[in-house]
Amino acid sequence: MIAWTIYITFAGAVLLLFMPRAISRWLALFTAVAGFTISLTTLIQTPIVALARFRTIVRIPWVAALGMNYHLAVDGISLTMVLVTGIVAVSTVLFSWDIEHRQNEFFFWLLLVVAGSYGVFLSADLFLLFVFYELVIVPKYFLIAIFGSTNKEYGAMKLTLYSFFGGALVFIGILAAYVTAGSLDLNQLAQFQFAPQLQLWAFPVLFLGFAVLAGVWPLHTWAPTGHVAAPTAGSMLLAGIVMKLGAYGGLRVAMNLFPQGFHAWSNWIAVLAVIGILYAAAVALRQSDLNFVIGYSSVSHMGFVLLGLATANALGVSGAVLQMFSHGVIAALLFAVAGRMLYRRTHTRKLDALSGMNLSRALPFGAFTFVVASAASIGIPGFSGFAAEITILIGAWKTFPIAVWITGVGMVLVAAFTLRALTKSFFGDAVSSVRMQEGRVQVDSDWNEQSNSMPPITAPEKWGACLLMFATLAVGLYPKLLLDRIVPAVEAMRFLK
Amino acid sequence: MSYLELLKLASPEAVVVVTALVVLAVGLTSERASASCSAIATFGLAIAIGAMLMLPQNATLFGGMLVITPLTSLFKIICLALALFTVFLARTDRSSRNPGEYLAMLLLATIGLMLLVGSEELLMIFIGLELTGLSLYVMAAFDKTDVRSAEAGLKYFLFGSTASAFTLFGISFIYGMSGTTGLAAIGQKLSSGPIQPLLAVSIVMTLIGFAFKIAAAPFHLWAPAAYPGAPVPSAAFIASGSKVASFVVLGKIVLVGFAPVHGSAEWHAMVAGWSPVLAALAALSILVGNLVALAQTNVRRLLAYSAVAHAGYTLLGLVAGGRDGFSATLFYTTVYAITLVGAFGVVALVRRQTGGDDFQNFAGLWARSPLLAGCMSIFMLSLAGIPPLAGFFGKFYLFSAALGAGGNHGLLWLVALALFGSLISLYYYLTVLKVIFVDEAATPTSVVKADLLSRISLTLLALVVLILGITPGALAARIIASLP
Repeated sequence: MIAWTIYITFAGAVLLLFMPRAISRWLALFTAVAGFTISLTTLIQTPIVALARFRTIVRIPWVAALGMNYHLAVDGISLTMVLVTGIVAVSTVLFSWDIEHRQNEFFFWLLLVVAGSYGVFLSADLFLLFVFYELVIVPKYFLIAIFGSTNKEYGAMKLTLYSFFGGALVFIGILAAYVTAGSLDLNQLAQFQFAPQLQLWAFPVLFLGFAVLAGVWPLHTWAPTGHVAAPTAGSMLLAGIVMKLGAYGGLRVAMNLFPQGFHAWSNWIAVLAVIGILYAAAVALRQSDLNFVIGYSSVSHMGFVLLGLATANALGVSGAVLQMFSHGVIAALLFAVAGRMLYRRTHTRKLDALSGMNLSRALPFGAFTFVVASAASIGIPGFSGFAAEITILIGAWKTFPIAVWITGVGMVLVAAFTLRALTKSFFGDAVSSVRMQEGRVQVDSDWNEQSNSMPPITAPEKWGACLLMFATLAVGLYPKLLLDRIVPAVEAMRFLK
Repeated sequence: MSYLELLKLASPEAVVVVTALVVLAVGLTSERASASCSAIATFGLAIAIGAMLMLPQNATLFGGMLVITPLTSLFKIICLALALFTVFLARTDRSSRNPGEYLAMLLLATIGLMLLVGSEELLMIFIGLELTGLSLYVMAAFDKTDVRSAEAGLKYFLFGSTASAFTLFGISFIYGMSGTTGLAAIGQKLSSGPIQPLLAVSIVMTLIGFAFKIAAAPFHLWAPAAYPGAPVPSAAFIASGSKVASFVVLGKIVLVGFAPVHGSAEWHAMVAGWSPVLAALAALSILVGNLVALAQTNVRRLLAYSAVAHAGYTLLGLVAGGRDGFSATLFYTTVYAITLVGAFGVVALVRRQTGGDDFQNFAGLWARSPLLAGCMSIFMLSLAGIPPLAGFFGKFYLFSAALGAGGNHGLLWLVALALFGSLISLYYYLTVLKVIFVDEAATPTSVVKADLLSRISLTLLALVVLILGITPGALAARIIASLP
């Protein structure tokens, strides 16, 4: 049944093009909710034992002459990712409720990204996976270039070219696996013994290609510019889903196919991950644009995912998968607050300008949401971020004890920049408003009157925020819900040391 | 061998010849010739396709001068279909003031293509090359009111005739060494030992003519003049039909005729032969085509340089050789031709409405004609190799064939270069789409009108590109099955 997430979303996207404007957002919402419901039902109904291995759900010959199959499969890892895709998709549609400009087209591109992501997470055929993976690239471009804001064409093109560059590396790695083993079936390839020399060069090419999308340092620079340029829904999709595609591909394809290559290179992955965590956190500390802060925080949090993957033990890798879920939800929430709740009402994302607006009074719900999101992002126990990061760090302790010490510093930095952004945006003091009047910061005049008459948070925004907050709390309070399904699936992979 | 039998086996060609003559006569005598000429040409081409389907599976005449195999039948049909779409394009083109003559030239060029595809003998191939070439030179220069059309025709003619001279020279050497002009016989006569200088010279010279035809660098210089200068249907046909047929016959020459001197283009293990030559052409084409295309602001010039790059990708399959490589090349070039005819169709409509084909003429096209914008985005994204469009599968097939050749990833350097080229190409294709979808039109009211036939044929082409991307097996399996 879970395969229907793909079909429904694609069908919804195509249908949208021919629908009258009035019902387009309802159709988009219906499609997203349908995908989410299907993934949630599958999560509840499927027995945990059945998710321990990559179980085929559909397998139809596609191009028989080249050994391509339309082959979908599901296990605990992919189901977790499908679930987060569903959650983020629903909230994204809710947070785009009042899009006016080219509405049908907007939801068309949005649903294409979602549908392609479902496809990547469920593909068990290398070619199919790559088709879905590349399919996501172009909709992202249009989503940003047409509907974005600050420097949108530059940000969109940069993001697209980075993605495509990563895609080209992945392409080489996939071809190497295909022509050597003569098969595209992921389960068969996972059993195939690739020559060590091949693994030594093919693994880094493949993994790096995927990691570009996961925001690995030093190829992360598309992420902050892309997040800033994108419309809110675009940032939410990028941080919530698209960055996970890269991490998932690195796990499912690169590490699973080339275990020896992975072991040879895992130290380097850990080094890049730790640099990414520290560097992005340090940069975020100095940003004046709220979206840049969140964009860099995404890079930092994705560093934890890479660190977890690099540990090569069941705990670390499971933690990485949990972190993918957790960060997907939290990043979407952060961008929703910054882009939708704040920017739409204040028309600025500059922290200095926001700090004078006394927003915690004008937008109490927004302030509440942002406090929750920040707490989850910092890793306060009770939220999913804590559960995921602590699992990763315990896993990493066995393999890279030094990395854990350094990462500890990184977590302090994460807390620092998150709290800084939080205080400046919602809980600013009067001093900065004085500074503003001295002309240091440009902002609309008579901001004070505006803040009193600011439109309240709308119902769709509240629903979207509540969904995301509920998801991070539920998993944070009861991480076994997902971990019970993730750990067996990870333990079935053969790269574990 | 009676003449009646010959006529039967060559009936499609005969039908096209008769159609060409009728079209010419009607064009000269009738007052309002445009509609009737294109109707007759359409009808004739349709009959020729029908006649193709009636032919026997296999036949060989005059020692390979005319060959009928599943492969030749398939590609003759593809050439005829491309000619058909070109006729549709020409129907609405402003420049065709003498539609009878124009369509007659188009049909003659089509006969040349059919001869090229359907022959395994060097002399006949050369005749086909020349017949196609001479007709296309005229078609390129057909717009007498436009100086750029004259420039296009002249450049195309000068480069083309020089290249033909090289090819003829090479063929004469090969005849001297092997004593035969049949491809299969040449393949048996040439020894597979180290290559003598004379053979090397003749191989390189023979390949030059084809490198010109497919617009591979450094023999591509006519393309940036011919594509934007020539009337749109001529450019479309030069870029599609002529290219497909050239790749079919080039593949046959190198893989059958020059089979013993394949050589090797593998990294650090190069062996003299034709494959390193083609590899060099491919690498140069990919680099030059993609890099120069970056700087273009005219859609047709951009398509010209991207054509150079695509010729480079397509050569990868031939460099890899073997059944896989050849079928990948054939699949890719077919898909490319279909895509390009479609793209030129959109260009023709926009040009008729706005008077030009620079980027600014396309600005805000999505609002002026959603259908054209949608079709154009399918064509551009297929050229860029984005799934689920046919160009993506074509690239996957080509690159996997190239990487799989030889068994030790020796062509990885060429594949990596081609992928790097695709990365560059995405930038300029997306720039075109950005102009169409993001930019605002200078005059927002100017709706681009298109008549029903144009809309149907463009939608059809876009659907073909999409369907061949989703179920590539439909064409790929047929090509693979038709190869011996």
